[in-house]
Amino acid sequence: MVLRGGIGRDMRRRDWTGVLVLPCALLTALLLGAVLIWASGASVFEAYRGLFEGMCGSRRSLVETCVAAIPYMLTGLSVALGFHTGLFNIGAEGQFYMGALGAAVVGYAVVGVSAWIHLPLALLAAALCGAAWGAIPGWLKARFGAHEVINTIMLNYVAVKLVDYLVKQVLRDPSASLDRTPYVQATALLPLLLGADYRLHAGLFVALAAVGLVAWLRFKTTLGFEMGTVGANPNAARYAGMRVGGLIVLTMTLAGALAGLAGAGEVLGRNHTLPAAFSSGYGFDAIGVALLAKSHPIGIVPAAFLWGGLRHGAGLMQVHSGVSIDLVYIIQALVLACLAADQIVRGLYRLKPRGFIYVKL
Amino acid sequence: MSQGASHPAHLVMRGITKHFPGVVANDGVDLQVAKGEIHALLGENGAGKTTLMNILYGLYRPDAGEIAVGGQDVRLNRPSDAMAHGIGMVHQHFMLVPVMTVTENIILGQEATRYGPFLARQQAAQQIRELSHQYHLDIDPQAVVQDLPVGMRQRVEILKALYRQADILILDEPTAVLTPAETLAVFRTLTALAQQGTAIVFITHKLKDVLQVAHRITVMRGGRVVGTMTPAETTEAQLAALMVGGQAPQPVVSTPRPYASTEVVLRVQNLRALDDRGAVALDDVSLAVHAGEVLGIAGVQGNGQTELIEVLTGLRSAMAGTVAIDGMETTHATPRRMASRGVAHIPEDRHRYGIVDRYSVADNLVLNTYGDKPFARGIVRCTAAVVAHARQLMERFDIRAPSPFTPAGSLSGGNQQKLVVAREFARPIRLLIAAQPTRGLDVGAMTFLHRQFVEKRNQGCAVLLVSTELDEIMSLSDRIAVMYRGRILATLPAPEATRESIGQLMAGVGSAS
Repeated sequence: MVLRGGIGRDMRRRDWTGVLVLPCALLTALLLGAVLIWASGASVFEAYRGLFEGMCGSRRSLVETCVAAIPYMLTGLSVALGFHTGLFNIGAEGQFYMGALGAAVVGYAVVGVSAWIHLPLALLAAALCGAAWGAIPGWLKARFGAHEVINTIMLNYVAVKLVDYLVKQVLRDPSASLDRTPYVQATALLPLLLGADYRLHAGLFVALAAVGLVAWLRFKTTLGFEMGTVGANPNAARYAGMRVGGLIVLTMTLAGALAGLAGAGEVLGRNHTLPAAFSSGYGFDAIGVALLAKSHPIGIVPAAFLWGGLRHGAGLMQVHSGVSIDLVYIIQALVLACLAADQIVRGLYRLKPRGFIYVKL
Repeated sequence: MSQGASHPAHLVMRGITKHFPGVVANDGVDLQVAKGEIHALLGENGAGKTTLMNILYGLYRPDAGEIAVGGQDVRLNRPSDAMAHGIGMVHQHFMLVPVMTVTENIILGQEATRYGPFLARQQAAQQIRELSHQYHLDIDPQAVVQDLPVGMRQRVEILKALYRQADILILDEPTAVLTPAETLAVFRTLTALAQQGTAIVFITHKLKDVLQVAHRITVMRGGRVVGTMTPAETTEAQLAALMVGGQAPQPVVSTPRPYASTEVVLRVQNLRALDDRGAVALDDVSLAVHAGEVLGIAGVQGNGQTELIEVLTGLRSAMAGTVAIDGMETTHATPRRMASRGVAHIPEDRHRYGIVDRYSVADNLVLNTYGDKPFARGIVRCTAAVVAHARQLMERFDIRAPSPFTPAGSLSGGNQQKLVVAREFARPIRLLIAAQPTRGLDVGAMTFLHRQFVEKRNQGCAVLLVSTELDEIMSLSDRIAVMYRGRILATLPAPEATRESIGQLMAGVGSAS
């Protein structure tokens, strides 16, 4: 049950079986994955051992899972915020790219300022670029009713190709062996949190701060209430005097900013540059993360860690057992399918829903 | 009237039980209908009548119980099984294709063919013409459905069932959308059909209809049968008591009075507006509502009432004409501005405009005041204040819900409507616009709402009541206006209006076109 920015504590208390659906969905997906592994001739034990070790088996893998979770958290928030207002932000990918671009350019081009100014400036640039990229489909929807799914997908392509062109032709670092922007200045880098041995960067704080901000917005503010009403019943929202068009634009802008920050995290924290072969796919995975978390901002954190962990663990699984990393994509897809059609899981494990269900007689 | 009772039962439903999660819709229901009998299934909204008939028509499968048709036990797993056993259903919301002709609609799904896949339209039309003569349901088989008035469309629905050789006919709220004259016509049809041997079950919540035309009556309440009798054995008051389970509340009838003051609160002049399809919905509408009066707008659904309300509340833009509240023009005002002028609106479709099903009762009660003190300080919401406010309103307006946190969608229709009223009445209002306010509500909620309207009128509020229920209009209004095809045909003081005169106006008699 999605709580849309309202006081629905009673609902949560009653339908506790909903909490079990996710672990059951995971279990189902892993079992089906095991069947596939076995069918391919590899060792299920070795494959899953590698997967779990890669997720959380050692200190290093735990840290790497954290690093992987950061962009998922931010892009997941972006999509979840959209869902809250009834919008499908499929454009998180493009917004991510634009944010990365903004961060990279401000990161290498601006010289001679202290880190206290440079880093926030770079982050701001990323947020603004992402926000702009989100505002466009938002405005098109508010003004013309143009469906955001189509427009965001199209803009994804535009963003990816635009970045590709700029990196290869305009912003290319001439001294580099592969196509990338010049390295970001040291003053714009996100500081490492656990020293040089590990890759965990301060983007984690940015992500957690964003989680807090979105949660506060959604549950404690009138703005969150309005957004939720537009998502739950746009007619009632309009009738209650809410400015539906403005809220749509605002939501998409904020969502774009969040995805843009995710891009900044990757550029300023992980890669220190923006390479042409910057395939991320984070924007699309974000949809899965948001669904896993049922669009709840706090739920995004564990969802992002799970998703990031699975992705990271996939590599080790491949090394250990030879099973392709694509299997992890299959498992993730199965988890999502089971969650979406939660009746399947409820049926399999006999989880009868308890709580409020009303029937029109 | 008792001819049906002497024959053995043609349709027998025994011990029908049906559960939905959390709700028992039917609990050991028995029903027997003989050939040629008109059997009324009477009950409040939510009593389980529609569920029972959906089971009979094969749309649901009962958890327990048997059904026998013509002495044989039958299993009805889908509507085609029901149709194969001669059961036909005329739904409350017609299932006709507007752009097709009467013939095409009737043969749809059971097309007569010749030379393989080719439609035998002429043959079918001839058959239908003969059928309509046989049952005195005269209709032109070549007419296009969207050109037909509602009463005629209902005939098409009935013919559809008869074409499939239904000898058990189920009608769901057949008179809900008919004028008084059309109601009489359909009763004549049903009586004729019964005389020819068809068993008829009709679902209704209207007591007058039942006593007028039924041979036998079964009353349902809370999923159970609480009484079966003939009209001769009972009275309206007894039936009402059975439906409600105790003393039925006295219906509210207000003494009509000429408006207490000549102060005009709402003035509408020469309003023109289009509907969603671009056709003219409001054609030069003018009216005025004074402080301290109830102006009732009668009329069959679909004559522009919905669009009128939408323009008056800021949800639809007018093409021409003006709307003024207390002398200030509000023709193109937003809903928020209307509300600030003291306009309260009880919408026709509460699920669409009135409440957010997902939100709690408390949140719904502040749906248009969430941003004001004390419910919010700036951008931050004060949920404690919202909840306290909700508890107060729930008490004052008797909104029955487990707690203020209950999602509004799970409340009964009556309580949802009380929620809307509570929210709207929580601030001072000058004009109350109520559109179909008691649709789908039980008698208790209806009486409560009527009392609230009369009270507001007595306090000096102007009340605009739009309803298709003539009884409601007649018992509450001081003046009655009738809408037909987007125009106000006439406005009468209530003491001068009779059911017949209003009924005629509703059917368009007296209009220039």
